[in-house]
Amino acid sequence: MAKPAVLTHPESLKRPAGPSEYAKDPVNAALSKAEKIALYTKMARIRHFEQRCIRIYQQGKIGGFLHLYVGQEAVAAGTISLLGKNDHLITGYRDHGHGLMVGMGMNECMAELTGRVTGCSQGKGGSMHYFAPDKNYWGGHGIVGGQAPLGTGLAYAVKYMGLKGSCLVYMGDGAVNQGAVHEAYNLASLWDLPVIFVVENNGYSMGTSQERSTAHPGCLAKRAEGYNMAWDVINGHDVYEVRAKTAIALKRAHEESKPTVLEIFTYRYFGHSMADPDKTYRDKEEIKEYRERKDPVLAFEQELLREKILTPELSQKINEEAMAEADKAAIFADESPDPTVADITKHIYWEEDNRGPKTTSRGTIIFE
Amino acid sequence: MAVISYREALRAAMREELKRDDKVVIMGEEVAQFNGAYKVTEGLLKEFGPKRIVDTPISEAGFIGLGIGASMLGIRPVMELMFWSFSYVAFDQIVNNAGNIRYMSGGLINCPIVIRGPGNGGTNVGATHSHTPEAILASHPGIKVVCPATPYDAKGLLKAAIRDNDPVYVMENTILYNDKGEVPEEDYIVPLGVADVKRIGTDLTIVAHGRAVITSLKAAEILEQEHGVSVEVVDLRSIRPLDEETILTSVRKTHRALLVEENKPFCGVDAQIAYLIQSKAFDELDAPIHRVSSIDAPQIYCKRMEDHQLPDVNRVVREALKVLA
Repeated sequence: MAKPAVLTHPESLKRPAGPSEYAKDPVNAALSKAEKIALYTKMARIRHFEQRCIRIYQQGKIGGFLHLYVGQEAVAAGTISLLGKNDHLITGYRDHGHGLMVGMGMNECMAELTGRVTGCSQGKGGSMHYFAPDKNYWGGHGIVGGQAPLGTGLAYAVKYMGLKGSCLVYMGDGAVNQGAVHEAYNLASLWDLPVIFVVENNGYSMGTSQERSTAHPGCLAKRAEGYNMAWDVINGHDVYEVRAKTAIALKRAHEESKPTVLEIFTYRYFGHSMADPDKTYRDKEEIKEYRERKDPVLAFEQELLREKILTPELSQKINEEAMAEADKAAIFADESPDPTVADITKHIYWEEDNRGPKTTSRGTIIFE
Repeated sequence: MAVISYREALRAAMREELKRDDKVVIMGEEVAQFNGAYKVTEGLLKEFGPKRIVDTPISEAGFIGLGIGASMLGIRPVMELMFWSFSYVAFDQIVNNAGNIRYMSGGLINCPIVIRGPGNGGTNVGATHSHTPEAILASHPGIKVVCPATPYDAKGLLKAAIRDNDPVYVMENTILYNDKGEVPEEDYIVPLGVADVKRIGTDLTIVAHGRAVITSLKAAEILEQEHGVSVEVVDLRSIRPLDEETILTSVRKTHRALLVEENKPFCGVDAQIAYLIQSKAFDELDAPIHRVSSIDAPQIYCKRMEDHQLPDVNRVVREALKVLA
């Protein structure tokens, strides 16, 4: 079988793993040593959380789908590390990394996977539906591309309220062929909304390579031109590059209230979901090549070792702590109680959960 | 009390809510410059300006989804669909996103959006533009659906919908837009989930919603004048939440029920109402429940036949007499 993915990721594979040319970019140069270590720690936490999930899934404790972020950590880490108090984000179903990056705890995230009442959505959402609106994180959406209009609406609301903010709308490379995404592109550009569409291009929409799914003018981001939007392509294996180029889009959103499409080349090491045996559409050599040559967590570790910010000992400590945190979360998720039968019919309607003299609803709303 | 049209009542509801709450935004195709495809929003752009009254491209999945996203952050969008039939291209947004977000987030996120527009047949425009999706949408927990039949209810229900913190879908009827009725000028709401007895009677209960209420009221008049039958007409007003008690109280009084709706019969709203009556008032019934719905076919274009396809006064009278036989 051919190796189509190499063709889909020209930018990322051209460069050998080595010092990032974006290390001295102002947004990266401005980071303190502690901030750089914190960024690395967050990437390592995502990696270890996801790897711990695999074990729990294999033990049969996670139902439904489990879409892992392993290999894509620098995308969420780089972009989210730049966000301020009026910047919002929303994504598709590969949503764990974004959740951990905005500050959700491993316990609530892991317990959601095992369907416990202690989960971030009280066991009502599952892997694909993490939410933390108090941290400006609006999910976690299961239908490919369905979140794009929602994110555009969040940006509309930010602008309506006169705030200098934005919404980052993440999606996979498969989502770019959904009508809802194109409608969102049009509205964002037409109404000058501060949206950044982040296409996390891992080369495959489920088991279909980009070549087999998508007509495009050289890259997916360039479709933005059809909507009169700015765009850029980013090597998603280099967290410094992700930050440097996302910062430009954020500035455009904040200062000019204009949207951008960013296509970030990345790669997932595991199947589309854990239900994907990953045997038919790409070969092991390709995965090995990415893991060994382009790994975003290792690349940033090397970067920080070169900068003499990180030591092997500190790196080991960070990774061991992240593993221990994930282990503890797994125990928490295992030992937490299920939601109750009564919980099935809660959180359907605000007006029903809060019925009182002032609510606008009467009558029967939940039917037996 | 002022006598105004159903269209003016809807407009008055929006105007009052726009004044009351600066988070209310009117959005839809042709709602601003064009003054509304049916003139429901006429004059609102002039009065409130382009920030509050927003024309959208023909892009239902996009702009309805945008409204849902904005509502999650506290904006209260009132979205106009030119036809509820057009909701079908935005179904994922309307059902999956608006209907599920509160549940899937364990109650962390609310979606106070209103989507309104006409959902009716009888306008000679063929099958794609004549859907009545209240039963389809009301079958999804998380969604509320109301179908006003009169100007008073149109205003009161729309105001309640705008103040409600859940997604409320208001299904109007183009044939009713010019109907006039008494509407208070002072502030009032019609709470969701409260049916209204539009005519008091003792021999038969007709349960209806939307334009079928008007048809049923005309039939009730004929039944009284020509057949000496006293008919009670219960207007559901709200499909979900549903006022079970008003339906059951009426049936317990008359002991006979006829259910009238513009939906196609299969899985229609009245299938649920029939189940409700038999499960909670079976012993009260002196006759089987009958239904009058649209003839079960895609909406026919030919106007003469479309009028025949929809529930009409004669069919309601005929079916009522069967229940009373």
